[in-house]
Amino acid sequence: MGERMEAFLSALLLQAGFNTTLVSLGAALLGASAGAIGTFVLLRKRSLVSDAISHATLPGLAGAFIAMALWTGNGRWMPGLLVGSALSAALGILAVEWITRRTRLTEDTAIGAVLSVFFGFGTVIVTVIQSLSTGGQAGITGFLVGSTAGMLRSEAELIAVTAALLGVAIFLLRRPFTLVCFDQDYAATRGIDVRLTDLAMMGLTLAVTVIGLKVAGLVLIVALIIIPPVAARFWTNRPERMVVVASAIGAVSAYLGAVISSTGPGLPTGALIVLVAFALFSVSLVFSPVRGLLAGTIERVVLSRRIHERQGLLALARGEPIHDPLTRRVLRRRGYVRADGVATEAGGRAASAAVLDEALWAAYRRRFPDEAAAEPRQGLVPIADAVPPDLLATLRGELRPSGARA
Amino acid sequence: MSSTGNPRLAASNGRRLADDRAGSPFAIRGLSVSYGGKPVLFSVDYTAPPGAMIAIVGPNGAGKSTLIKAALGIVPRLSGEVSVFGRDVAKARPRIAYVPQRASVDWDFPATVLDVVLMGLYREIGLFRFAGRRHEEAARACLERVGMAAFADRQIGQLSGGQQQRVFLARALAQEADLYIMDEPFAGVDAATERAIIGVLKALNRAGKTLICVHHDLSTVPDYFDHVLLINGRRIADGPVATTFTEESLQATYGGRLATAQIDQLAARPAAGA
Repeated sequence: MGERMEAFLSALLLQAGFNTTLVSLGAALLGASAGAIGTFVLLRKRSLVSDAISHATLPGLAGAFIAMALWTGNGRWMPGLLVGSALSAALGILAVEWITRRTRLTEDTAIGAVLSVFFGFGTVIVTVIQSLSTGGQAGITGFLVGSTAGMLRSEAELIAVTAALLGVAIFLLRRPFTLVCFDQDYAATRGIDVRLTDLAMMGLTLAVTVIGLKVAGLVLIVALIIIPPVAARFWTNRPERMVVVASAIGAVSAYLGAVISSTGPGLPTGALIVLVAFALFSVSLVFSPVRGLLAGTIERVVLSRRIHERQGLLALARGEPIHDPLTRRVLRRRGYVRADGVATEAGGRAASAAVLDEALWAAYRRRFPDEAAAEPRQGLVPIADAVPPDLLATLRGELRPSGARA
Repeated sequence: MSSTGNPRLAASNGRRLADDRAGSPFAIRGLSVSYGGKPVLFSVDYTAPPGAMIAIVGPNGAGKSTLIKAALGIVPRLSGEVSVFGRDVAKARPRIAYVPQRASVDWDFPATVLDVVLMGLYREIGLFRFAGRRHEEAARACLERVGMAAFADRQIGQLSGGQQQRVFLARALAQEADLYIMDEPFAGVDAATERAIIGVLKALNRAGKTLICVHHDLSTVPDYFDHVLLINGRRIADGPVATTFTEESLQATYGGRLATAQIDQLAARPAAGA
């Protein structure tokens, strides 16, 4: 066990030999590119298309393996496998697009059909490969769930360099991508060719998928494209930052996944990457200050306390008894009532202040109905915190003649 | 405004219609569009006079939005030519600002109000650079003009319908265009927003810009616009509101679907210049 930990630490700190380091860095670059293009795929609401792409690589991958095995005797040459995968994935996207445009079938139906047919076809070819006696068959299964063990140095370099180039391309295209994702009609009026932009987006997704096959595996690469942006959405409300955060999450997931899988034989890299990404997603889901579950719960609790406090104070001002246990607890904790429910001196002052504040809010609604309608905090915060001082003075002036007093 | 007159009359003054279209901010000829096998617009001709404030009016499904979308190349056209300031529409894009319908986008998109307005500066910022302080200031100035300066850093999902519409208008302002084409800018907005938007539009018009709005509220046409284009699948009539926005042409446009009471109410209003 201690040996495992040592191996993990040395790999994490890039001390585990040149090849492992190269593979881990290549995986990190791949994860960053996947997170970046995934952000746009997600915002374009085409996450499923990336699933179709990855499954559609299998017939090309297996076909290229057979072709190369028969011609050269070595079916495992990676550039050849990648070209084969890319070709059949491109065919898959074209099939999805053709079905969607030319028939009445919806895109999800087309994706389901294309994905399963291509994957089924690919599986048949893989079975044929396993019955051949060419050797190197084990190399093909590594592409299903991802395996970085025994990856050649040239392969790791190819992945790293291509991932970096794809990252640059995504960066350069980020603005047309963002415009098309947000509002494709408006983008068209600005002279952006929407179809070409979509094509570029799908082309980059395809490229990331293909170079990620060996690392993450074709069943799981879609997770590396989709989970990082979904997690990133919890941390930011701005498009360019979302790309950056998703890249970072993708890079960390892929890096850690590769490092962990290097510590023991037979650990599938793709599965480990997905598990790390899922852990980061879970942390985001719960702890994000922007849209996280925890922040949402705290907000609801604070809101509920505020409403109870306000209602309780208004009831005190009217001299009504308070029965709601939460209201009593809130007032008690603030020192506004005694244990027997009788108002303290501070409670009396707070109650009068609440009555005045309610009157000011009412005046605001009368005088400026449109602005008041856009203010969600009515009656929840003192009006002085919600409107500028000059407006507050106007509202106070409004109250005076009618005889309301503090 | 209407003293510039009907371009067709000017055209008869020894010049051909083609010459006249050359000076028009927006001219279409023989525009036909269909969705699937269903024709929506059939051979529409229209030449907008320069500096006009134009309402495109017609019943639901008349092809009002389709007309502007096809003219701008958002939906494919079956036939027809479109010229903007005498040039092909594709070449005149920098001079056109389009304001789509509010409901056409997903407001949960990760963007702030400022991000959306910065999209209007897409060309100035360029492909490779990030938005600089100059661009942000320009965007904030546009938000100021629509009364949304205080909302610059809000997430767009938190806006009300009227505020969303104001943001779209601010984005169009950022483009500093000469022709503004808007799809129902007053649909589903509150009264204060409607006043704010019409104020901005009239100011643009006074500055010599041409504005074309798809508009559904017949009662405000005479107050807001000086020209009108009536369509229902085909062009029914166009011209100054005073002479074209009449009971006769409205009945022709709505095919008797307009209640007589509505027409009476409109006729009772002092149509501008009549």
